[in-house]
Amino acid sequence: MSRRLRQYLPAAAIFVCVLAGWELVVRAFSVKQFLLPAPSAIVGALLEHRDELGAAAASTLYEAVGGFAIGGVAAIAVALATARWTTARSALMPFAIAANSVPIIAFAPIMNNWFGVLNPLSKMMVVAVLVFFPIMINTVRGLTLVDPASLELMRSYAASELGILLRLRIPNSLPFVLTALKVSATLALIGAIVAEYFGGAQSVLGQYIITEAAFFRFANAWAAVVVASAASIAFFVIILALERLAIPWHASARSPDA
Amino acid sequence: MSRLARPRAFLVFVLGLVAIWEGVKLLGGDPLGEWRPPFDWTIARDLNMPHVWDIATAFVEPAQRNGPPLGAVLAAAAGFTLSEAVGGFVFGALLGLVLAVVFVHSALLERALVPYVVASQTVPIIAIAPMVVIWLQAGWLSVAVISAYLTFFPVTIAGIRGLRSPDPRALELMSSYAASRRDVLLKVRLPAAAPYLFAALKVAATASIVGAIIGELPSGIRDGLGGAILNFNQYYISGPSKLWAAILVASVIGIGFFLVVTAAEAVWLRGRSRPADA
Amino acid sequence: MAARAFAARRRVSGALERSRALEASTVVSLSAVHKVFAEGERRTVALEGIELDIARGSFVSLIGPSGCGKSTLLRLIGDLTPTTSGTITVNGKSAHLARLARDYGIVFQAPVLFDWRSVQRNVELPLELGRLPQAERARRAAEMLALVELDGFERHYPWQLSGGMQQRVAIARALSFEPALLLMDEPFGALDEMSRERLNLQLLRVWQKTGTTVVFVTHSIPEAVFLSTHVVVMSPRPGRIVDIIDVDLPQPRNDLTREDPRYFGLVTRVRESLRRRDTHATTDAS
Repeated sequence: MSRRLRQYLPAAAIFVCVLAGWELVVRAFSVKQFLLPAPSAIVGALLEHRDELGAAAASTLYEAVGGFAIGGVAAIAVALATARWTTARSALMPFAIAANSVPIIAFAPIMNNWFGVLNPLSKMMVVAVLVFFPIMINTVRGLTLVDPASLELMRSYAASELGILLRLRIPNSLPFVLTALKVSATLALIGAIVAEYFGGAQSVLGQYIITEAAFFRFANAWAAVVVASAASIAFFVIILALERLAIPWHASARSPDA
Repeated sequence: MSRLARPRAFLVFVLGLVAIWEGVKLLGGDPLGEWRPPFDWTIARDLNMPHVWDIATAFVEPAQRNGPPLGAVLAAAAGFTLSEAVGGFVFGALLGLVLAVVFVHSALLERALVPYVVASQTVPIIAIAPMVVIWLQAGWLSVAVISAYLTFFPVTIAGIRGLRSPDPRALELMSSYAASRRDVLLKVRLPAAAPYLFAALKVAATASIVGAIIGELPSGIRDGLGGAILNFNQYYISGPSKLWAAILVASVIGIGFFLVVTAAEAVWLRGRSRPADA
Repeated sequence: MAARAFAARRRVSGALERSRALEASTVVSLSAVHKVFAEGERRTVALEGIELDIARGSFVSLIGPSGCGKSTLLRLIGDLTPTTSGTITVNGKSAHLARLARDYGIVFQAPVLFDWRSVQRNVELPLELGRLPQAERARRAAEMLALVELDGFERHYPWQLSGGMQQRVAIARALSFEPALLLMDEPFGALDEMSRERLNLQLLRVWQKTGTTVVFVTHSIPEAVFLSTHVVVMSPRPGRIVDIIDVDLPQPRNDLTREDPRYFGLVTRVRESLRRRDTHATTDAS
């Protein structure tokens, strides 16, 4: 156990030093609040507005998780559907990769207009599109990048295409899918917050941050950022736990790059 | 795929998209001439899904009364945003590479700082942006910095993996030559890292465009695509096609930048064996 | 358990092309060398009490069961890992200084070529590190590639070559800066039997032309006997030198050598030497 702690010690040390240094600098130079709020001010704001922040975080998380679910399910479904038809897949993949390089966030206003600015669904759809392509591309990679020797083995058992899919391709794809899910978890929350920028209900984190920043109440804005960050990490950790459950046999850090 | 097949497939794809778009509108949109659609879907109405030809003609019409055509306005905005994005891309890529080199050579710094590099990506830049704008004054530099913030992360992570990727025996070989650490970095680690870095640069290209667009929003910059999208969003009711046109242009520069980096990759990595997956 | 090799006179003809002072001298000398790997609680004694002298111009094979430490011994000579105790002298200096002076070239079981460099630039790598000018580098690389019969392949990339050809490039690279010593760690282990025999012959030709001293680690008894002037037999872990067998087959060696009855006799001698130690083997001899 002590080895683990020793590993995290430098990072923890930096955390403490930076916080302390930050606090000292702000006090010593009487840095204006709108330039850089002190950590103590941020913590204060966090405690003072915790109800409001909690509600906002919950709303934003709802949008992020909802969009993540919609996009993820759609992506995996499409990937499974195209798993069989190699020509269709190899024709579509370059476009999927190109589509991934479209700034999805530009579609946020459209979604607001389609589903209503106050409707969480409008933000969910932005998140869904945002996570769709990375998850789909990586699921397809996982389904197709199978060791040729394993395929030959399955054929020697006269396994049907469905059998190969179920017993070989899907288990093989799990590490790829989970890597994509981990990356998308963070993306989902950021996406939700940024989408809210183009308009949203009052009680969401994105709008909260913008409003507080507009009124130069940066301690509040930073408190919201801390909450957003924490929510993001929490979401990520949940996926990590999911990974441990789904693929305990796979060294968790050994996932291919997404 | 043969050389002609790609552009042809692309054309087919675009035509297919247009067909689906108009097909959906035919089924559930507003009446067109004599045709009454069998369904009524809000999304398919002309307000939400302008006809493809309406979007096309919007490019040649003036964006504002007595102003230049929308196409010209958007082209200028795209150029502005692209310059911010490229600036951010270059800053971010250089920063990412420097960080990766530092981390690979100092395990202590790596353990101390990598968690924060990762955590930095959980902070929504929409929150950092106002602060950056105050510190650096609204303008090209502040947006480029915001864009760089989104770009450096994939490059750092890929850089660390790539710089560590050489076969340990290659490092033993360099040791047998009594090579300096600088030689090992320049002659072994960096060339080995190139494929990993290019994969990250492709991701970073997109991220830099997104960062530039988002960075423009709180800065009140009207010259770029972010400003254009905000502007046309406000006046959506009077002209939905303009918003779609702006989004189309944003998509084009996103894909374009990505393709440029892909081409650079093909040139730089020419000669090495092609990996099994693309 | 000490055994010393004698300073053998070089019976090799072609090596007189080198214009160095050619007195019988010792290139590598190991004295009371111990190597222990310590990882936390576990201590593994890899090598124990190694005493060995290798004469200039000889071709010495190290052979022994898996885990006997022969690769470790090679790396100790190359200063790629430190000794736990004992001294190693290479070319008149400590192993460390010899490495810094680039007194040896090394070839691994895998070619370890850089896939972003052409064949020629791979061979030039140590010359670049030695800060030789471009023209000189190109000349030497061409010379070496001709030596391993790969002239014409300068602009090819590693992936375009077969495994055997890649190893030949690795050999050309190892000799490009004309070191006194060549260390080889099972270089032909990953190749098929026929490629192996062909490369054995080619390696001998190169050895005769350059006069380099070779220390060659191998698993294969026939290969060890065929190539070497001396075969050093090692025990299972902890590795000790069990026997040093003088291979007095005539030079230059060729395919007929493999049919010489003396060859079979020596192969049997080596095999018996190896087997003698197996009865005292530790549990993980493989």
